[in-house]
Amino acid sequence: MSDTQTLSLDTVEHAATTPDVEQPWAELGLKADEYANIRDILGRRPTIAELAMYSVMWSEHCSYKSSKIHFSLWGENTTDEMREKLLVGIGENAGVVDIGDGWAVTFKVESHNHPSYVEPYQGAATGVGGIIRDIMSMGARPIAVMDPLRFGNLHHPDTQRVLPGVVAGVGGYGNCIGLPNIGGEVVFDDCYQGNPLVNALCVGAMRIEDIHLARASGVGNKVILFGAKTGGDGIGGVSVLASETFAAGGPTKRPAVQVGDPFAEKVLIECCLDLYKAGVVDGIQDLGGAGLSCATSELASNGDGGMQVELDLVPLRDASLQPQEILMSESQERMMAVVEPKHLEEFLAITDNWDVEATVIGEVTDGDHLVITWHGEVIVDVPPRSVAHEGPTYDRPLARPAYLDGLNAAGTATLARPGSGDEIRAQLLTLVGSPNLCDKSWITDQYDRYVMGNTALAQPDDSGVVRVDEETGRGVAVSTDCNGRFAKLDPYAGAQLALAEAYRNVATVGAAPLAVTDCLNFGSPEDPGVMWQFREAIRGIAEGCRFLGIPVTGGNVSFYNQTGDVAIHPTPVIGVLGVMEDVSRRSGSGFRSDDAHVYLLGTTRDELDGSEWAHVVHKHLGGLPPKVDLAAEQALGRVLVEAARTGVVEAAHDLSEGGLAIALAEACMRHGVGVTVDGLDGVGSDAEGNPLDAFTALFSESSARALVAVPVGHAAEFEAMLGDVPHARIGVTGGRDLEVVGHFSVSIAELKSAHEFTLPAVFGG
Amino acid sequence: MRIGVVTFPGSLDDRDAARAVRECGGEAIPLWHGDADLRGVDAVILPGGFSYGDYLRCGAIARFAPVMDALVPAARGGLPVLGICNGFQVLTESHLLPGALIRNDHRKFNCVDQRLVVENASTAWTSDFEAGQEITVVLKNGEGGFVADEKTLDILEGEGRVVFRYVADAEGRNPNGSYRHIAGITNERGNVVGLMPHPEHAVEEGYGPSLDGRGFFTSIIKQTLESAATA
Repeated sequence: MSDTQTLSLDTVEHAATTPDVEQPWAELGLKADEYANIRDILGRRPTIAELAMYSVMWSEHCSYKSSKIHFSLWGENTTDEMREKLLVGIGENAGVVDIGDGWAVTFKVESHNHPSYVEPYQGAATGVGGIIRDIMSMGARPIAVMDPLRFGNLHHPDTQRVLPGVVAGVGGYGNCIGLPNIGGEVVFDDCYQGNPLVNALCVGAMRIEDIHLARASGVGNKVILFGAKTGGDGIGGVSVLASETFAAGGPTKRPAVQVGDPFAEKVLIECCLDLYKAGVVDGIQDLGGAGLSCATSELASNGDGGMQVELDLVPLRDASLQPQEILMSESQERMMAVVEPKHLEEFLAITDNWDVEATVIGEVTDGDHLVITWHGEVIVDVPPRSVAHEGPTYDRPLARPAYLDGLNAAGTATLARPGSGDEIRAQLLTLVGSPNLCDKSWITDQYDRYVMGNTALAQPDDSGVVRVDEETGRGVAVSTDCNGRFAKLDPYAGAQLALAEAYRNVATVGAAPLAVTDCLNFGSPEDPGVMWQFREAIRGIAEGCRFLGIPVTGGNVSFYNQTGDVAIHPTPVIGVLGVMEDVSRRSGSGFRSDDAHVYLLGTTRDELDGSEWAHVVHKHLGGLPPKVDLAAEQALGRVLVEAARTGVVEAAHDLSEGGLAIALAEACMRHGVGVTVDGLDGVGSDAEGNPLDAFTALFSESSARALVAVPVGHAAEFEAMLGDVPHARIGVTGGRDLEVVGHFSVSIAELKSAHEFTLPAVFGG
Repeated sequence: MRIGVVTFPGSLDDRDAARAVRECGGEAIPLWHGDADLRGVDAVILPGGFSYGDYLRCGAIARFAPVMDALVPAARGGLPVLGICNGFQVLTESHLLPGALIRNDHRKFNCVDQRLVVENASTAWTSDFEAGQEITVVLKNGEGGFVADEKTLDILEGEGRVVFRYVADAEGRNPNGSYRHIAGITNERGNVVGLMPHPEHAVEEGYGPSLDGRGFFTSIIKQTLESAATA
């Protein structure tokens, strides 16, 4: 270290005697009152290192300062019955639910939107890596990942930059770390052009007694940093500090986006599982956003004492890093553990066996402060709760956007609908090859869906399904969904429709829905209209979950997804997890054999506002989203779960974007088994009670519906299960065509060529 | 019947290979990369994954692991060895098998249910198949293109050492650009087999595209039991 750097070290002692030093709080994104608040908490000005810690921990991303005031809606809508299913709830690294037989499952979805736009490969890769570490830090073995992705227009040149990089990053990390990618979504809409959404979900499993929590307690316990060395990557926003303090010739221009090393994380997973098995971990936390600042302050804040850390001991990739940079660095593949001294030797033997570097950098103290030293000088001395949990809270103004009345009034009633069978046929082929409905295997074939050998179902089926218990076959199904157009038309209903669809997808494969995670992607919270959308969406999800009796276990908020004044559609992505006693009994989405009865379950209405048909054929968005009927979803879900359990159905497929027409086409294309639909007349009615025409019956996107195929021999047993769930036997499987009698017929080969050509045509074979 | 499954740092399908061995009636013995000890096993599987991250060339570092110091001479002496995906790459890097595996010709990772033709049903790992039989197993890799010089390819063909070939698509392409559609090969003795596809992901009803992968494991178990009986 040079003399100039030693002299410039901003210690607590120095800060106390130099109250008038100008500090770059504004450049770090702090507001004047936030900076004043920090000075009040400390009774002096913060040191540079403290300022860096507060600024990053009080950022929107880490502190949820604009959103957390609305989180009371979760608690208010969680009943005791829902709480009983929760082993760990919101606020920890990830929520944990009891799936029976002593097994616990943890799952969570997070966003990595902005980094993925800047640097698609590494942004997406480290998004996957980050959510996996959240799951690991609960004590679980990660068992699957999923990636809900949203891009701008398929044909826009920038989509050609962003999409291949994101997909390669998701695959590159997930494949190399050895986790099956079992589903997700790929949606294209102009509103995401400058703000692609890259969300990542991970599921993990453990025995209930193996649950671990992020807390530092027990005076004298050791604080251990293990995994990768700390480098200058991901420092991003605090680069302003670098320019303030670096002498000429020092390191500059570090990337704001982190770089992932999936191999290091794979080794870290196995190492952590060995540490858990040996019982040598008292508390554990992953290092993600805000790096050591977050890990030290959260562990200390959750514990019952203080913490002392010698920052000099942190193993560095770049010896020239300044202390505040070490605190901020978001270098990947790092974990922090709290370990009793008597377990230290065994802990280090295990990390050594995996060639994982582990360093004691501090210990739990009996004070109530987090104290960090650098070369023996105190550079941080703060109450950890003030950093980690007592950041600012904003009650931002919210207002229903003025444009909404006009948008809601401009429904699809005035749009031209196809009349003849030939026109319907042509529009079906257009839709089946449209960006949102086309075959996604160009993307999903870049992901390993088989590794670990427990995958019972993956894309393009309705949910990903993995076995947890290899003896009994007990396992889980997960689906993520959101139709942003519906949420734009009505964020409350749109959020509930996303919840309903994910719930339905899980039930469709045969799993009983159990818990919810969400990734709330919105525009700027400083726009009252966006804030209103956000509040409506949370209210929709919370009240919907209460009705369905399934708790929200955790999730993530991503704001500022907007370019200039134009925000993305509100996109509350909902992940629902369900449980199956034996996942080998799951229902797939494709017709399997000839001569099975095909039933349409649920009520079909004239609901084309916000539909894929309006979007693709007329480039239209307006009106009101389909009716939400959660009681109908529950009743339908019960039938689908029972049907899978008893094995009376051989295929079940959810109806969503593109309605019955697309569900039929997908069910035919899956295994090449056709269908003859002769029972369309009388499916559904409009608001006046008139029967729907064939087009409307085929393309309406009414919720709470599914398609099932039942072998003739099981038909009576199946019909007896239906109770009061509306149903119609609409046809029979067989042949090599999708035929709607009296209207049109199209061969599966023609459907497939329209379906499979779209993405390769843009991105190459 | 003890079949060793090696775990390198970054091995991913080691647990799956061990499960497949158990499913087919064998005993799976874990072998650790850092120990030059084969623990008296009757056969060894080098599983799929990204050993040491494969940041250099796939399998190039694993080749130098202590366990390979024990494995290479044992394989040359006749110990049955199956290399799956990354394991196949390790076998070519170790010169137990000829040729090399390079980046797929389309430059992408590719995970598909792949049809293969069994060309040689007389190796230690394929005797439960019939020559000409078509099987479907999982293929998933980014560096699966099998290449070798013309002379080596001719020797492999001439000596019947091409064990599996990809069934080409309508345009005559295979999934990764492998020369002559080669998916798997064997050594002169037929005890060492390497292939890119993953038979261990096709052994259980409900978890994979078929049960066709079982043949690999039943072949080796039967052969070992027979050789034990005659010994």
